[in-house]
Amino acid sequence: MYKYDNYDQTIVDERVAQFRDQTRRFLAGELTEDEFRPLRLMNGLYIQRHAPMLRVAIPYGLLSTQQMRMLAHIARKYDKGYGHFSTRQNIQYNWPKLETAPDILADLASVEMHAIQTSGNCIRNISSDHFAGIAEDELEDPRPYCEILRQWSTFHPEFSYLPRKFKIAVIGASHDRAAVQVHDIGLYLVKNDQGETGFRVLVGGGQGRTPYIGAFIREYLEKQHLLSYMEAVLRVYNRYGRRDNMFKARIKILVYALGPEKFAHLVEEEWEKIKDTPSLLLDQNEIDRLSAYFTSPDFDKTADQDTSFPEKLAADKAFATWAGRNVKRHKVPGYRAVIISLKAPANPPGDATDEQMDFIADMADQYSYNEIVVTHDQNLVLPHVKQVDLYAVWQKLKSKDLATPNIGLLTDMICCPGLDFCSLANAGSIPIARQINEKFNDLDYLHDIGEIKIKMSGCMNACGHHHVGHIGILGVDKKGVEFYQITLGGSAENDAAIGDRLGPGIKKEKVADTIGKILDVYLEQRIENERFLDTYRRIGMVPFKQHVYAKTAAPEVEVKAVASN
Amino acid sequence: MRVIKNNRITDDEWQRIKEIDVVEELPEGKVIMPFGYWQSNRDKLIAQNRKYAVCVNGDIETEEVAKDIEHFELIALEFPIFTDGRSYSHARLLRDRYGYTGELRAVGDVLRDQLFFMQRCGIDSYQVREDKNIEDALKAFTEFSVKYQTAADHAEPVYKLR
Repeated sequence: MYKYDNYDQTIVDERVAQFRDQTRRFLAGELTEDEFRPLRLMNGLYIQRHAPMLRVAIPYGLLSTQQMRMLAHIARKYDKGYGHFSTRQNIQYNWPKLETAPDILADLASVEMHAIQTSGNCIRNISSDHFAGIAEDELEDPRPYCEILRQWSTFHPEFSYLPRKFKIAVIGASHDRAAVQVHDIGLYLVKNDQGETGFRVLVGGGQGRTPYIGAFIREYLEKQHLLSYMEAVLRVYNRYGRRDNMFKARIKILVYALGPEKFAHLVEEEWEKIKDTPSLLLDQNEIDRLSAYFTSPDFDKTADQDTSFPEKLAADKAFATWAGRNVKRHKVPGYRAVIISLKAPANPPGDATDEQMDFIADMADQYSYNEIVVTHDQNLVLPHVKQVDLYAVWQKLKSKDLATPNIGLLTDMICCPGLDFCSLANAGSIPIARQINEKFNDLDYLHDIGEIKIKMSGCMNACGHHHVGHIGILGVDKKGVEFYQITLGGSAENDAAIGDRLGPGIKKEKVADTIGKILDVYLEQRIENERFLDTYRRIGMVPFKQHVYAKTAAPEVEVKAVASN
Repeated sequence: MRVIKNNRITDDEWQRIKEIDVVEELPEGKVIMPFGYWQSNRDKLIAQNRKYAVCVNGDIETEEVAKDIEHFELIALEFPIFTDGRSYSHARLLRDRYGYTGELRAVGDVLRDQLFFMQRCGIDSYQVREDKNIEDALKAFTEFSVKYQTAADHAEPVYKLR
């Protein structure tokens, strides 16, 4: 993985000093709240319901075990002993004190980490495929480009006060595991007709109150022009994105107000003028230099000679169930990727305790070449586990409640912190996750339902990706009462789609029951092995709607969503 | 009035006229006029064969300003609020694309914590908001010694140094 040199280390160290001074000036009254807010946000610090919330960047989700131990240490020393892994592959702490934030940043800097641009109207953490580097369907490892973009975007002087936040994802695989189509910019490594590798470029995806699937504006971009093309997109957005209304300020609104073709034309026009600027040309030496950081570990070439794995699968049903859901293929024979579920029934989705984090670091040291990856659906991955070790890994994970065999199943929900922590939220999400876990506690039923993605957000900002859930749940506030709007048919993968609204909002205590009714329709209507999403796409909304609202004598109050920020 | 120019605090004689009717005469002396006034009186002013100073806000297309840069010795870029980042792009275009070499001044909601970015985009003078400590603002230029990317300051991007 990437290692800081003196330049990188100097920047994070200088950032700590700068933020320490900004915090001091705020506490001394030299900076007003309005002046300090964008500064602290650009360092991932929110003022939340109970305390500030600090979001720490995990570039493209990749962590060393040393870094994971530092995250555990921070949870223990400055917080209440846990952290929340987020849909941007970052981690959030819900209880730090503002005064201690500079110390936390200094601790992070000591392990080559930071919180730079994890919030604010700037270019955010670059996200990627959690199987980058190990996926069989990968054309090229996207992480060197993620790192190039991380450095280019860090404190970019022109693009630090954009109209709104800006999210970029890069993938190299054919299967989209990173929700690329709902990013402001999505970059796909592709081959052109000459067999060279470059990028296909998407812009204008986004969630929030007006969700859009992005549009492709360039089919092939040579690698050497990556940075100039990014500058062209960002410059057009910085100049023409709306600033009068924060709900209309994302690039998606500009792209779709102009039309993707016109937007693409503006970008190309700008790009023509800057594409040959020497300082923006990415030379192959730099690509090679960064790629060298992401080479594979020294894999054991005899790993595939193991015969114990199939034997254990046959002998231990519980192990086989876990392996069936939580163990994924690896491009090297004899190796597997293990997904550590942070979705145990009693666990707020995505949360891990300091003890679990330390434990996972130990596991990665022993079994996965010191690497851990955060997924955008809030689980962790041990990317390189020898199949001979899987049984031991499973047993150990189970002892820490980290082996719930539910990856891709109904209880593998994406969930934002919601009203319990977040000051933007209109409604709770964690209590709904709990309610769903309580109702759907029969593992056989969950396995029978099969692949289904439930995603929920406590407000229109859609941190919990509800628009792209097969079943989406959005919490809204109606005169002080929490209601939940359900959507069906969303997807964040290659077949990306924004979900359709089921109907009037559902009362809080009825959410899990409503999901039960939706699943009744699915079970009744599905054709053999058909996923929920495919059944929905085949039969449409009507049967679901009729069944869910059938027995309600009077319809629930129609809820109009109101965002609170 | 004191401004920061080339990383030093200096007394400055420019007077910014925020509003002026297009039919009024431009006052004598060193005045910064709204760009709209320039546009309305362009031919008349050019005939006087002087150098002028204009103030441009984010709504004005940089390309419009660029047409006349040979007549300007100072261009003020207005930050109506410090979070409005359009003028960063305008500054870069004036410097990098249109080769403007005169004074480029930040006016309006100009605060210490944005000066470093402004400088990197090609702004070289700063009218720091009056209620703020201008000496303190000078510290902004020394907070970072490393720049990952290039901008109007022509900083060598870090990767070319490695």
